[in-house]
Amino acid sequence: MEVVTPFIEVADAIEEVGGTDLNLCYQCATCTGSCPWGYVDPLNIRKLIHLAQLGLEGYEGEDLWKCTTCRTCEVRCPRGVNILDLVRSIRMMIGETGLIPQTLRGALGSVKSDGNPWNGKRQDRNKWAQDLGFEPFDKDKHEYLLFACCMPSYDPRSRKLVEATAKILKAAGIKAGVLGNKESCCGESVRKIGDEELFGSLVESNGNIFKENGVTKILALSPHCYHTFKNEYPEFDVSIQVTHMSQLLAELLRDDRLKLTKPIETTVTYHDPCYLGRHNNIFDEPRDVLKALPGIEFVEMHRIRESSLCCGGGGGRMWMETEFGKRFSDLRIPEAQSVGAKVLATSCPYCINMLEDSRLNLNKEDEIVIRDLTELVAEALG
Amino acid sequence: MAEHKANDQAVLVIGGGIAGIQTSLDLAETGITVHLVEREPTIGGHMAMFDKTFPTLDCSACILTPKMTTVGSHPNINLMTYSEVENIQGGPGAYEVTVRRKAAFVDHDKCTGCGLCMEKCPYRTLSEFDQGLAKRKAIYMPFPQAVPNKPVIDAKRCAWFKPPKKPGGKRRCGVCVKVCEPGAIDFEQKARTEKYKVSAVVVTTGFQAMDPSLIPQLGYGKYPEVYSALEFERLNNAAGPTGGAVQTKDGRSPKSVAILHCTGSRDENYHRYCSRVCCMYALKYAHLIKEKVEGCQVFNFYIDMRCFGKGYEEFYKRLQHEGVKFIRGKAAQVWSGEHFKHLVAPDMLPEELSDEQLVVIAEDTLMGDMVRVPVDMVVLTPAFESRADSGDVAQLLGLARNEDGFFIEKSEKFSPVSTGNNGIFIAGGCSGPKDIPDTVAQGSAAASKVLSFLESAEAKSA
Repeated sequence: MEVVTPFIEVADAIEEVGGTDLNLCYQCATCTGSCPWGYVDPLNIRKLIHLAQLGLEGYEGEDLWKCTTCRTCEVRCPRGVNILDLVRSIRMMIGETGLIPQTLRGALGSVKSDGNPWNGKRQDRNKWAQDLGFEPFDKDKHEYLLFACCMPSYDPRSRKLVEATAKILKAAGIKAGVLGNKESCCGESVRKIGDEELFGSLVESNGNIFKENGVTKILALSPHCYHTFKNEYPEFDVSIQVTHMSQLLAELLRDDRLKLTKPIETTVTYHDPCYLGRHNNIFDEPRDVLKALPGIEFVEMHRIRESSLCCGGGGGRMWMETEFGKRFSDLRIPEAQSVGAKVLATSCPYCINMLEDSRLNLNKEDEIVIRDLTELVAEALG
Repeated sequence: MAEHKANDQAVLVIGGGIAGIQTSLDLAETGITVHLVEREPTIGGHMAMFDKTFPTLDCSACILTPKMTTVGSHPNINLMTYSEVENIQGGPGAYEVTVRRKAAFVDHDKCTGCGLCMEKCPYRTLSEFDQGLAKRKAIYMPFPQAVPNKPVIDAKRCAWFKPPKKPGGKRRCGVCVKVCEPGAIDFEQKARTEKYKVSAVVVTTGFQAMDPSLIPQLGYGKYPEVYSALEFERLNNAAGPTGGAVQTKDGRSPKSVAILHCTGSRDENYHRYCSRVCCMYALKYAHLIKEKVEGCQVFNFYIDMRCFGKGYEEFYKRLQHEGVKFIRGKAAQVWSGEHFKHLVAPDMLPEELSDEQLVVIAEDTLMGDMVRVPVDMVVLTPAFESRADSGDVAQLLGLARNEDGFFIEKSEKFSPVSTGNNGIFIAGGCSGPKDIPDTVAQGSAAASKVLSFLESAEAKSA
């Protein structure tokens, strides 16, 4: 057994940098019991908080970096502790001592030098938009700035999301332009990794570009971009109206502005992305979209809405290695199959990526497909 | 009501649970006339649903029903069940109260309580008193020891009140009319109002249990073997749907039961306060299960054990002695074995988990490890909350409520049963979570405060 002495100065410092609820936690462990890591390789978030309360070491290890910021614990926390702010604050303190895991340092470095976490060249950011005929954003011509996330620029699977988006926007007569190589990563994950300084510089540069170009409305494809523009940029006085693609799709279908003519005869279930659902309470719009698709039978999984299972890609985990079988997405595929789904739909490039990976690893290519809402709607347009 | 006359002062008591019963009896014994109004067809409240009371394990009915009967027959108590206070006017010392007597469709002056109508009535519905675990008839008493021991007709369920199949055709039933020898069934009975003059009012409207399906991850409403506390009280009750046998809905004896503390209590998402009674009744359940089901393992998932009353800590120790297991950590999730096997990495699946079982997931914080406990039955302890209509009652009587909906005492410490209105008093669960001893103490306290008030210059000059 160890002998320890509380180091309250450290606890105070965690509170100082944003972990303001640190002392409210009464150690009931609802967080640990709710954490998706419990399904594969438990993470003791309760103990992590207690160590922080006493300013003790022990959270520098792997555990601190396991949190995907999925927010299941925070939604259920009986004391209303902002657990993610605590995690972020502890990571921030650790970051200052240089103890950030190697792979995350790589992603942060790439954001710093090229404005994306994928080691892609900045000049390649706009390729997809040129290929699809998107014009540079012009406030007189375009209603929306289409902010597609870094992923479609550098990841071939995500490219399909913007292709589908292009088709849908054209069909509905929605005018959207792009900012191309001038924009940078939204910085959502950067902040969760604990690099507040880099996040601040991203907000500043994106904020300036939005301002210079007279952007008033952003259409975001990723819930992560949506979340940070909507809830975090305003902390830095960058307030722009933002719509997530699932919200726009629901609106277009509700207003009968899309003619879905081609039936998709299959059974579909929906995976709630954490940053759309738990972080922003957008649960119904994506379901409304799926239920409007002709020919579809919609079924629900067991872990849905506030209790949805994280794909495992948030909070910096996209850039960290997780052993096959221990990725949350590895559990999501069999869950979807257990309710009879042939299509696992979602509305987030990170989720798509993680789920596709698991589908491949599990050799389920012939049994189930992963689709973004945009892809299904585009398909139904015929 | 000639025989009620004893003293020219009268008091209104609203709510016939154990608090209202205690207040009414204490006052009536001094010669004061008590008008006791109860919304349900019987007095008794929540306590009437319980089999045993903690920590002494007294038979609840054995100590409650004699009191109920005394209330029903006391010359100074005018008991009005199936009734609600509709209006109140005046001020301290001189109130005029309007009571709405709902139509029971049975003339209780004629009815002898023989029960033949209930036996013969062909229409059934779920029994509210049995928490939906058993059925009752359309003409019913909530339970056999009800006071008054006379039935009412539930017009929503009774076929007589449905229009005939053909216009001008015959009514569909009327069996009760045929079997009732004294001719007490009266389908023409109408609700009526009565007015009473009283000097003071005691509010003992009690509480309600939170709906645990508001916490979806605990599986209530989804899995049949997840029970609320009141359901378990009925399941365990000798007069309940299983005759007191603790068994699953398909009739099996559980080999293991998990009792989950703090269901919606001490929780900012539901109720921030501690409900004060759950730790103790959870211990009571653990004891009763151990006593009734041989070899059954009982697990209590708790955050803190709060056993603060007389004899409570001793009861906790007794339960430890009986072999009940305590896991320090709030249960976070409940899944069926059938679902859970699709949700978790294969090496994380408990070996002995069958499809029919439930698995309770928590962190045991004393070990710092995750626990997954396969059980046959889960009992939740839903928060003790203010009644959904407490706002209406507050408005009717001019009472203040706290942000949790409970009525506010004049002073929590020094005037715990008084309110901002000198003629209105509160007692029991309506002002916050309380167990039976505290509720009864407040019931008596309210009676004595009423007596002091009636002797005051304010009351006498009113």
